[in-house]
Amino acid sequence: MSAQPDLRSLYRQMCRMRYVEETVAGLWNDGLITGEMHLGTGEEATIAGVAAHLRPGDALSVDYRSTPPFVAHGVDLEAIFRELLGDAGGLDGGRAGHMHLLSPEHLAAASGIVGASAPVVCGFGLAAQLDGRGQVAVAFFGDGAVNEGMVMESLNLASVWRLPVVFVCKDNRWAVTTRSRSVTAGGLRHRARGFGLPVVTVDGRDVAAVWRAAGRAVDNARRGLGPTFLIARVERLEGHFLGDPLMQVARNTRVLTAEVAPLVAGVWSGPGAGLPVRLRSLMRLSQTIAAAMLGQVRPRKDPLMLTRGLLEASQAAALEQETRAEVAGALAAARGGKVLRSA
Amino acid sequence: MPRTTFSQAIELALSAAMAEDDRVLVLGEDVQMLRRSLFLRFGTQRVRNTPISESAMLGTALGAAMAGWRPVAEIMFVDFVTVAMDMLMNHAAKLATFSNGRWRAPLVVRAACGGGYGDAGQHEQALWGMLAGVPGLSVVVPSTPADAAGLMLAALHDPGPVVFLEHKLLSQDWLEAVGGHSRARAALDVPENGTIGEVSFPPEATPLGQAALRRPGTNLALVSVGVGVHRCLSAAATLADEGIDTAVLDLRTVSPLDREAVTELASSTGHVLVVDEDYTRGGLSGEIAAVIAERDTGARFGRVTCEGTIPYARELEREMLPNEQRIVTAAHRLLGRESRQAASSQRAR
Repeated sequence: MSAQPDLRSLYRQMCRMRYVEETVAGLWNDGLITGEMHLGTGEEATIAGVAAHLRPGDALSVDYRSTPPFVAHGVDLEAIFRELLGDAGGLDGGRAGHMHLLSPEHLAAASGIVGASAPVVCGFGLAAQLDGRGQVAVAFFGDGAVNEGMVMESLNLASVWRLPVVFVCKDNRWAVTTRSRSVTAGGLRHRARGFGLPVVTVDGRDVAAVWRAAGRAVDNARRGLGPTFLIARVERLEGHFLGDPLMQVARNTRVLTAEVAPLVAGVWSGPGAGLPVRLRSLMRLSQTIAAAMLGQVRPRKDPLMLTRGLLEASQAAALEQETRAEVAGALAAARGGKVLRSA
Repeated sequence: MPRTTFSQAIELALSAAMAEDDRVLVLGEDVQMLRRSLFLRFGTQRVRNTPISESAMLGTALGAAMAGWRPVAEIMFVDFVTVAMDMLMNHAAKLATFSNGRWRAPLVVRAACGGGYGDAGQHEQALWGMLAGVPGLSVVVPSTPADAAGLMLAALHDPGPVVFLEHKLLSQDWLEAVGGHSRARAALDVPENGTIGEVSFPPEATPLGQAALRRPGTNLALVSVGVGVHRCLSAAATLADEGIDTAVLDLRTVSPLDREAVTELASSTGHVLVVDEDYTRGGLSGEIAAVIAERDTGARFGRVTCEGTIPYARELEREMLPNEQRIVTAAHRLLGRESRQAASSQRAR
């Protein structure tokens, strides 16, 4: 492990992830990708900083923001695009979609169930420990997932068995449309420490910081020193999923205006609680919407912009151009295939 | 009667019950946002956001129900109920028997279910067969706004526990939330008569265990629940054009099952075709086969079901879920009228 991060290669990975997600959003808006769509935009620095330490044979267990880690872990872009387009030539024959991407060749598995990446990574970690070749397993999940019992059970099991695992908790401070602080007691650090895990907190938008922290965690796991709980503060740039009603209200004044009348009417509607209780509810909803709106306008939150600022402008531009061309080429190749979808 | 959407109908029943009975609570992930009109009207004490902790949520709802409250626990999608299965299967469902009938848990578990919008088999399952197979659980699956309100009211009045499943293709709230509705080109086969319809005000309860004959017929009985009922009605119209007089029975509740209605229709038509979006094995369709066999109806039996894990690709998903074409083909086979097209395509294989 070199002591200094290769910012160019990290930025290159981040661009690949971002452009893939932007392309996916476009395909989704055009109706060519159906179902829900959870983008990982805003998580690129965290994913890149961790994935840079993985070698062939290391395993990856991820949540439903699965495309970026698969991209960073070296899964073929055309196969991913074909999968999301429901093409028989996709990574999983068009049968998985973005929430269930699976690549046995890369030991990489996604899940659409909140928290499910944590128990599975313990199994990957156990296999690595039994194989004894210094391999590691990494899980990604959000801060909302730490309230799932299966995540807590997994932290305990990994800790007592000293599994070669890195749990990466992407702390975006939201659990779908609920603010995490209103549903998570005790704080993430204290909770993981309670299981005897070393806890490292890092600014998940700072790719160099993530790279250093993840490097130590992965190195410890490889050397048999057990698991680490890595908390990376990230931004959720596109809401919980595309079409997130909260984001629509937060971004679109027309939607917001349309929502105000029924909300205010709700305060007066039918028998129920007294006025002070109703006004408190209105206040809490307004605060949630305001927090989502604030998340939209706060500057300097985009990890790509932050990383770009560390590079020479011409260098960054060249990397952007190169990766845009790569992503566009993969999409064109994918669109050339036969797409299985109903009219 | 006012025309109401499926989602509004459920809200109507819930708000009526909450206004009438202070012990009715709503708890679940994001319910203060998802059910914001209830939240505004009844406040934080009675409409409670839970952490993403299905097991704790269902267990809390169960304990509160045992202590005299009437909670509605909202598990977003029924697929996620598996995370909390112990609380539902080993505890809520067992309470009445283990207490020798002295203790009941008037608990409603509300969840969205069903597929047809491209989310694949971890978010699109029906699971009512598996749930209905557990003694002590009632399972309801409305197909119209009137029954959505009526079955929610009945569930709230029942000594419980009741699992209330709303199909996402019928629910505007869910269709918008999963982003399917907002995009013109994401063509979804949404049955219009299921998404909007007449609902009396105040809503009336639909008794549990009572099927509804949606269309009379003498040659063939299609038996279904949820969105399947609407697929059956389309297929019945097509079959009627061919001279096959087809009845459609909407079971409305999977448990308790209206065995009398099934038996009667099996005897009168002699041909029962079950259309079930749930899995083939160990579920509703097999149970109906058992009913018509045990009661010596002599009726022939067929089924159109979900044979495996629902794939993501829209075309594969369409083939996996019951659709009008599959129903018509299965009806022909059941009646011994194999269509020429089907016969020739079989030869081609």
